[in-house]
Amino acid sequence: MAADPILLAENLVRDYHGGSLLTGRKVTRALKGVSFRLDRGRTLAIVGESGCGKSTLARILTMIDPQTSGRLTIAGEDVDIARARPGRSLRRKVQIVFQNPYASLNPRQKIGDALTEQLYLNTDDSAAQRRDKAAAMLERVGLSPDHARRFPHMLSGGQRQRVAIARALMVRPEILVLDEPVSALDLSVQAQVLNLLRDLQDELGLSYAFISHDLSVVRYLADTVMVMNAGEVVESGPRDAVFGDPQHAYTRRLFAATPSADVAAIRARLARRSA
Amino acid sequence: MALLEIRNLRVAFPTAGGLMTAVDGIDLHVDQGEVLAIVGESGSGKSVSMLAVMGLLPPEARVEADVMRFDGQDLRVIPARARRRIIGKDVSMIFQDPISSLNPSFTVGFQLTEVLRHHLGLSRRAARDRAVELLTAVGIPDPAGRLTTYPHQMSGGQCQRVMIASAIACNPRLLIADEPTTALDVTIQKQILDLLSDLQIRTGMGLIMITHDMGVVAETADRVMVQYMGRKIEEADVLSLFSTPAQPYTRALLAALPENATGTRLPTVGAMAKQEAGHGR
Ligand SMILES: Nc1ncnc2c1ncn2[C@@H]1O[C@H](COP(=O)(O)OP(=O)(O)OP(=O)(O)O)[C@@H](O)[C@H]1O
Ligand SMILES: Nc1ncnc2c1ncn2[C@@H]1O[C@H](COP(=O)(O)OP(=O)(O)OP(=O)(O)O)[C@@H](O)[C@H]1O
Ligand SMILES: [Mg+2]
Ligand SMILES: [Mg+2]
Repeated sequence: MAADPILLAENLVRDYHGGSLLTGRKVTRALKGVSFRLDRGRTLAIVGESGCGKSTLARILTMIDPQTSGRLTIAGEDVDIARARPGRSLRRKVQIVFQNPYASLNPRQKIGDALTEQLYLNTDDSAAQRRDKAAAMLERVGLSPDHARRFPHMLSGGQRQRVAIARALMVRPEILVLDEPVSALDLSVQAQVLNLLRDLQDELGLSYAFISHDLSVVRYLADTVMVMNAGEVVESGPRDAVFGDPQHAYTRRLFAATPSADVAAIRARLARRSA
Repeated sequence: MALLEIRNLRVAFPTAGGLMTAVDGIDLHVDQGEVLAIVGESGSGKSVSMLAVMGLLPPEARVEADVMRFDGQDLRVIPARARRRIIGKDVSMIFQDPISSLNPSFTVGFQLTEVLRHHLGLSRRAARDRAVELLTAVGIPDPAGRLTTYPHQMSGGQCQRVMIASAIACNPRLLIADEPTTALDVTIQKQILDLLSDLQIRTGMGLIMITHDMGVVAETADRVMVQYMGRKIEEADVLSLFSTPAQPYTRALLAALPENATGTRLPTVGAMAKQEAGHGR
């Protein structure tokens, strides 16, 4: 297959103007020139230390925040939202699942309405069609149609996260930016959601930019891996290359710190403790 | 004597479809200096049972228990004022949603120093110093500079660490940590877990750790409780749980670790537990 980039970033920079009247203006350069490409139907995993700029990048890719400088091309269109508002169809193509499912759901809106609203805004479906599609999507993420009648606070953490994923999928996006989508999920649900993401990719040719700090999840899902540190890309390449022979010191630290669940390791820890 | 003891805890919520039982008769105890891990299916009542202990469930929740005692005090009948003295100081909780547990309108420094001044009576100056110390301990770069930032100016993992700092600020005797490291990469997760075990060894703090990460369980817990659909289905010391898991669900949980995945699809716990239940028992 000829490589077909659906998303192309060249030298993206993002500054935050923080501080206050008391402390004076302070500029944080959260992205210091980030470049990468995402091919159609593929999964790019973005990993890196807390605070290195992953969510900042996600907000730019999904046209929520503008880049300070640099070039962003989505499905062949140049995007700079500080200059020109992107069209509706372009917005629909890129959906995001936020890191924090609590803040991204409206507490006063029932789950069912949060899902059907997306169709109401973006399609000509009838009310009945919208309801059926929402119920079907809830089932695909392992919830029941009964959950449609609840408010977000009536759901557990993992249930809310699945609603956020379902909502992003409702409008059949081409690119999905997932910011730690399964980190709050227990393993059974995690497996279910990861399988679902795989199936959808096969069925619909979806492309994923997948932010995760869970290396086992990255290994399972990613085609390419990009490692960030302090606003910069420090390593990137095909998954097997990065996992097989990590180049950067941070990447190696990441591998070394992964907790081990094997019985010998538990024995050793308990022995250390009673010593 | 157990630091926290719960017997036959039941929690139900009125919903559109009738009363929904979220917690269905849980027994639990944790001793001083002990780490109890709670694992289990999403929606199995892990957060709800701990929020019941904290007295933080919404008013429509129906909470009943035969015993619910912290350090000998009956939490079911304790006056609100006495409860407020305990909760937040002797018992504190790291919530599953760290970002919304921080107040968006106050700076990080203000929120931390308020806790310290209110519960420990520290002076403004001493509270500020202690706040910087806490932010350093949870690995926030430029801690002194961070005091003046607002929660929305921080990353997800930074918010989670501020929440952790605030939960351990008053050296609680019992810390309930609900998925405390979900937003953190493994290097910082390790730092946080080390910090918690250090605190626990130094001060004899009891720790209840709700997590779905079996690696975290393996690296921290003394005892593990497995919850499924509002019930406790298995409880064992950490070594036995990993070496000889008794329940099909627990076995499935261990097999579902993506690192144990073979082939292109992950085994889902539901499918495996069903399959096993069909064969065995
Ligand atoms: N609105 C803002 N104003 C000022 N600084 C900000 C703002 N948002 C984020 N930052 C800073 O920019 C840096 C990158 O933040 P970002 O949220 O992108 O990190 P992240 O890689 O997603 O981290 P995590 O894994 O913890 O979620 C952090 O140092 C953060 O404090
Ligand atoms: N206010 C509420 N009204 C109705 N149902 C609720 C309410 N709060 C929680 N529930 C339900 O109670 C059950 C237990 O929720 P809880 O938050 O304890 O799950 P959990 O084990 O912590 O799951 P997770 O791992 O996903 O966080 C869930 O099915 C949830 O939908
Ligand atoms: Mg983030
Ligand atoms: Mg929970």
